[in-house]
Amino acid sequence: MSISRRIADEQPDHFAFSAENKKRIKAIMAKYPKNRKASAVLPLLDLAQRQHDNWLPMKAIEAVANACDMPEIRVLEVASFYSMFNLKPVGKYFIQACGTTPCWLRGSDEVMRCMKDKLGIVSGQTSTCGKFTLLEVECLGACVNAPMVQINDDYYEDLDYMSMSDLIDRLDADDVPDAGSLRGRQGSQPEPEPTSLTNVVDFKDASTAKKTKASSKNIKAKSVSKSKSVSKGKGDDHA
Amino acid sequence: MLSDKDRIFTNIYGWQGAGLTAAKARGDWDNTKALIKLGHDKVVEQVKVSGLRGRGGAGFPTGLKWSFMPKEVKDRPHYLVVNADESEPGTCKDRDIIRHEPHKLIEGCLIAGFAMRAHAGYIYIRGEFVNEAKALQSAIDEAYEAGLLGKNAAKSGWDFDLYLHRGAGAYICGEETALLESLEGKKGQPRLKPPFPAGAGLYGCPTTVNNVETIAVVPTILRRGANWFSGLGREGNSGSKLFCISGHVNNPCNVEEEMGIPLKELIEKHAGGIRGGWDNLLAVIPGGSSTPMLPKSICDTVLMDFDSLKAEGTGLGTAGVIVMDNSTDIIKAIARISYFYKHESCGQCTPCREGTGWMYRMMDRLVKGDADLDEIDTLHDVTKQVEGHTICALGDAAAWPIQGLIRHFRPEIEKRITAWRAAAVAE
Repeated sequence: MSISRRIADEQPDHFAFSAENKKRIKAIMAKYPKNRKASAVLPLLDLAQRQHDNWLPMKAIEAVANACDMPEIRVLEVASFYSMFNLKPVGKYFIQACGTTPCWLRGSDEVMRCMKDKLGIVSGQTSTCGKFTLLEVECLGACVNAPMVQINDDYYEDLDYMSMSDLIDRLDADDVPDAGSLRGRQGSQPEPEPTSLTNVVDFKDASTAKKTKASSKNIKAKSVSKSKSVSKGKGDDHA
Repeated sequence: MLSDKDRIFTNIYGWQGAGLTAAKARGDWDNTKALIKLGHDKVVEQVKVSGLRGRGGAGFPTGLKWSFMPKEVKDRPHYLVVNADESEPGTCKDRDIIRHEPHKLIEGCLIAGFAMRAHAGYIYIRGEFVNEAKALQSAIDEAYEAGLLGKNAAKSGWDFDLYLHRGAGAYICGEETALLESLEGKKGQPRLKPPFPAGAGLYGCPTTVNNVETIAVVPTILRRGANWFSGLGREGNSGSKLFCISGHVNNPCNVEEEMGIPLKELIEKHAGGIRGGWDNLLAVIPGGSSTPMLPKSICDTVLMDFDSLKAEGTGLGTAGVIVMDNSTDIIKAIARISYFYKHESCGQCTPCREGTGWMYRMMDRLVKGDADLDEIDTLHDVTKQVEGHTICALGDAAAWPIQGLIRHFRPEIEKRITAWRAAAVAE
């Protein structure tokens, strides 16, 4: 696809990194040898995109080029090569739905149909309310929890038509559910019961540290509390 | 079947915490200093003896790969780079290591870094794994606070810094030299080899790129002994392996099993069997989307390891087992994989850039049957002209699934073409 069609027609006149992000840039730069500032281009583009409603205007490309000592065209080349950078505005909820074979085998078509029914959008479109953008993407690496979608940063797994429908309703009300399996499955373990690791000596000890019983209900509750603790982790400047 | 006491990843489902305290209770970071005291060469030697082969797809012997690094650090520093750009369709094992067993990976990085005389390591994680990156970063922060990374890491006398670098959504960056290009701030387009990364890799310095799972199993191998690991599995295919079983099984899951487990046993024991029973099986893609599929007749008996699958004209790859039952439109399943490779081709080599698009368009017509019978041979011929004629293996990976389809399901393709042509005549 020609690059000009991927870049937004309407561009803001100005972009500058926030003070907080400037601090983050310093921390990011410290990861790489002093004369290798270009290594920071992906993290900095990500930072800029997060600061600017999940898309990169050309002014942000310019700002990243300055920070990395790179020609602007090299930064644009990178920004247009990697699929996670949006050069056009997207909705508040950017839905990346996996349609690659493992998800397709488990019913990703139904998930897409749900979005078409409820939001009237297919891949590449934004809903008329402006809140949802859908993009069919390639394998997101959660194949045993297929079908799945990524909405902004979070993976929602083990979907079907109904659970996708509920998910959209909740997001529409800005009630963002915890990431993970929408069927309450813990990680990638087989349902209904694990087939391995049940004899690990400290399995019960560790799992009873917080919860009294290792029933599936508690495992589900634990997964929710854990995903929260992960998102509160120290890695906020991971970008 | 692997017994629980021989499993390396005891928290793969995240039943316990991922933090340092829980990891230590599982045995991670237990006297790491003593492992490092073995010395650079002894660590490499032990990994060689264990028979560990790379878990990222190619199955290259890990100890041998490490031994390619220069024995002395001269003017250029050495680097360890960990490939966490897990994007091969059907594969989701590294994600579980990163979010539930990050300290196995971090400890492995220290040991592997030491073995190859590197004082710095980068973990390149795929950009979409945002929450996983957060979890890994907090584990790295924890390790620094506890003195397990940084100066005199784990009191071993070896300085080692570990950095997390996020990608931004490009399958090709899982190819090691494309990953290095990306880490240097460029488009992820693979480099010509030689020079190999051990000679000139990241920033032109000696570098070794290893998969997450490969690195994460190293501490346990050294602790329990190379002979323990080589005693699992089969000759030349030792140890245990994380399998990802997706598609038409009753209970899709990840599971750690012994190398060489029969495919049928793997699916029936852990994934609850095929939907509708074993006889409802049509075909299995055994090692991620790049590996050619196997029809049921071979699935009945085949063993899941590098050499057994190679003997059947396919490969273990990443051990992403994609199962398809009799309800599957097998041509469409492969056409979707062809679309994947068309989308992910980096555009550098003409046979791949043009060939993946050509093969996808051809496959798309075959889904309907809108073709001539002799076009099947033309398609096969094109896959052969892409295969082996590109800088990296993406061209091969795009060609193999189609070759597998033609090898095992040619009558199905012919049937569809005949039906489409008959319908066209009737109109």
